[in-house]
Amino acid sequence: MDGYLSAVVFYVFAAITVLSGAMVALSSRLIYAAFSLLLTFFGVAGLYIFLGADFIAATQVLIYVGGILILLLFGVMLTHRIYDFKILSTRVQFVPSVIVVGCTFALLLAVIFGTRWQMVKEAPPEYTAATIGKLLMTTYLLPFEAVSVLLLVALIGAATLARRDLTSGEES
Amino acid sequence: MTITLHHYLVVGALLFCFGILTVATRRNAVSVLMGVELILNSANINLIAFSRYSDVGISGQVLAAFVIILAAAEAAVALAIVLNIYRNFQIVDVDQASTLRQ
Repeated sequence: MDGYLSAVVFYVFAAITVLSGAMVALSSRLIYAAFSLLLTFFGVAGLYIFLGADFIAATQVLIYVGGILILLLFGVMLTHRIYDFKILSTRVQFVPSVIVVGCTFALLLAVIFGTRWQMVKEAPPEYTAATIGKLLMTTYLLPFEAVSVLLLVALIGAATLARRDLTSGEES
Repeated sequence: MTITLHHYLVVGALLFCFGILTVATRRNAVSVLMGVELILNSANINLIAFSRYSDVGISGQVLAAFVIILAAAEAAVALAIVLNIYRNFQIVDVDQASTLRQ
């Protein structure tokens, strides 16, 4: 009964993720795609919880839903008239792309089911945040510092790039 | 009826394919960004699934955290570039915005 229930929950999350991912790829309006992306991120966060990765799931909700999706919505709304159908739904080379992507998916499935994966049957750890924090401060200290510097540089660069009339007074 | 590694890998593969489809078929810069986010999410699902079902421990989750951080940096810079392209060309079509200057 317990396994049955967890399987049902998994399939619900997987269906949310995959269907809203399909909506992102196939919907006719950009704003619909943006809001389906919200559902995709929530579905992926549910899958993370299902895999015992509670810290990553919380990070996913905070950063993707709270940050990246808001940025994308800003991008949509600052660059479009939302009800302008023609710009939003342009799509090119659809049939060749579907063929190539279908072949890619078949290849991935062949690899997934053709490989003998090493499977460990242990239960996942209860809380992962403390372990991840220790790993970040010991084993992964150098990548952690590098990525923090990179994030700072990226944010300063983005703010500089997005600023209006950066050099208009000096050059002309 | 247990959930195994294969289920997660198939979900990741589906999400990856939809991301590739978005990047390949949309010509809108913001849409292309959404496709890239889908691809990064599918990679993260794979990382965490492997970290759960193999004996590498929790390192896969640390790597997934790095991927999320880099996705945030990428989205911020890409959105700034898209806004600049829109301001200079009045378009966000990645095919038409093929020059580096006005």
